[in-house]
Parts: sequence; structure tokens; C-alpha cells
Amino acid sequence: MALSNEQIERYSRHLILKGVGVSGQKKLLAGKVLVIGAGGLGAPALMYLAAAGVGTIGIADADVVDRSNLQRQIIHSTPDIGKKKVDSARETIEALNPDVKVITYPDYVKADNILDLIKDYDFILDGTDNFPAKFLINDACVIAKKPFCHAGIIRFSGQLMTYVPGEGPCYRCIFKDMPPKDAVPTCKEAGVIGAVAGVIGSLQAMEAVKYLLGTGELLTGKLLTYDALVSKFNRITLPSHVSNCAVCGDHPTIPKPIDYEQPACDLRKGV
Amino acid sequence: MKLIISGEIKTYEDGITISQLIKEEKVETPDYVTVSVNTEFPDREAYETTVLNEGDQVEFLYFMGGGAYGAFQ
Ligand SMILES: [Zn+2]
Repeated sequence: MALSNEQIERYSRHLILKGVGVSGQKKLLAGKVLVIGAGGLGAPALMYLAAAGVGTIGIADADVVDRSNLQRQIIHSTPDIGKKKVDSARETIEALNPDVKVITYPDYVKADNILDLIKDYDFILDGTDNFPAKFLINDACVIAKKPFCHAGIIRFSGQLMTYVPGEGPCYRCIFKDMPPKDAVPTCKEAGVIGAVAGVIGSLQAMEAVKYLLGTGELLTGKLLTYDALVSKFNRITLPSHVSNCAVCGDHPTIPKPIDYEQPACDLRKGV
Repeated sequence: MKLIISGEIKTYEDGITISQLIKEEKVETPDYVTVSVNTEFPDREAYETTVLNEGDQVEFLYFMGGGAYGAFQ
């Protein structure tokens, strides 16, 4: 399908860009990306994916917008307080770019729905804040052979890595198993700078865009860390294969997604 | 002895182990940090006994949450 005149104008900076062009823009418009968590990471990621013209964007989040979210979750605004995050995010995206088909899932992501949730998408972004969800997303994506980008933020720092089936380690290869409850600080307890979420969420969007375009190098086999206080990025090389990984190793012991009992933090709102 | 910690050259006593380095660097969550040495990832059980050598490149990998709560309960 040819681009409309409006699309040619809207995406003109892509169309003149070597590595995107008309064929790349069509790939983006045909692309389907699921963002799990419409919070600090998901907000900027969703906005850049929508602005870029990613044709189908799924948003999974069961939470409602809280005033304490607005310090960093820039897809939501003050009048959205009390709205479901998926609805607030949908409205922002639809106002930004009518080319995008938004599909919302106002549900908690669990072992019994995640495979169904991810199955129609080309690429998944983990914008969740807790470890049960992070391990669940990792395991489901490995099992379903879906590429995804993990990210985390805390205080003045953040990190991300990308998993592509058959092309490098998964999140569990590196982090093995859930830390016990309250063993590591959460954003709610430790705080986070909004712009760090912006940096890392934007980098996640960049991973999805590169994947859809089939251009450049993804963060597979690399963990990119960011320390905002000293303005330092560090790209840590990860092992290419971890033979004893419980989900992607030679003898996997996790054949299907699992729900871990506890959320990472008792406090419910506002990461 | 010089080690390269997250790209920065620092001096330590000869024969320092990974566990001692974790202590000396005052890593915040010492029991849950993952350590890479020259892009290898030794088993956590071996941190006590793994002695670091001149010029080793060491990275600390941390658990990081962050994002949104509402995607999972
Ligand atoms: Zn793995």
C-alpha cells in the first residue's frame, strides 16, 4: 500500500533517512509491538513508537493513573488521574497519531494469560517494575520464541537488554532467579528521576524500531547500563549461551510460564 | 594490583577475591549482585574463592525494577 500524502508529510524525517525510507516506514506501519506496563518506562516508549508510526501497539496495564505517576509517566496528564492507564495512554496515542491501532489489555499479566497476550506481536517491551513480572515476561517470550526488551530503573540509573530467540542470553541467564521480597530496593522505596525513565524507555523504543526495520545492532548479548549522575553508559558483554539456564539452557526446567507469589513490593501505587 | 571496575582503573591488594571486592566496593545488595570478570560470569558460589588478577575487567550487574506496577499483581 502506498503512503498517503499526510503520511509522507508526517514521516518525512524517516523517509529521507538512510536505513528507513519508504520501505522502512512501511515495515513500521506493519509492525506490532506490545508494551507491558504503561508507567515510567512504557510512557516514553509508547509515545515514540506511536509517533514513529508503529501500526499496532498493544498496552497491558491494570493500574489507574495516580498523581504520583505524573512526575515521570509523561503519557498521562493531570486530568487523567483516576483513569485506567491503558485508556489514558490510548487517548494520548490517538491524539498523536491516527495511523496507530491501539489495543488495550486492562489486566494483570499472569502465567495463564501471557502467552495469549504476546502471541500476535512482533516485539515486546517489558516496562514493568517488579521481578515476578520481569521473570514471567522473560520466560514467556523465551517459550513463545518472541523477541523482547527488558529494562529497569532505580534512583539515577537504569539498564536494558534485548532478547532475540537463538541470538543470545535471556534475562534469566544473567539474573537466574527472583530476589527475595524486599532484598533489592524498588522505585517506590528508593525513588527515581523521571528523565531516567525517559532515557531508558526511549532506548527500549529504539530497540523495537531497529528490530522492525531490521537495521543496526540490537542489545542482544549486551546489558546497557546508564548512570545519570556521572553521565555514563556502560555496555556489558553477556555470555552468548548459558547452558544451565532454567528456561533457555540445554535442559530447561521451566516448560511454561510461572506466577511467582509475591509482588516485589507491598506498596501498590505509583512506580 | 590494578583492576578495571566498570571501565575505571582502581588499585586493590593482590589476591583479592570477588567476595572481598564486593565488600570493598560497598555494593548495595551484595547477596544479589551478579559479577562479570573479563566477560565471564563465575558461579555465585565461587565468589569467595575466585581470586582476581592484574588487569581484570569487572562489572557489577544489579537487579533493577522500575516501570509500572499495574501490569502484574
Ligand atoms: Zn536463558
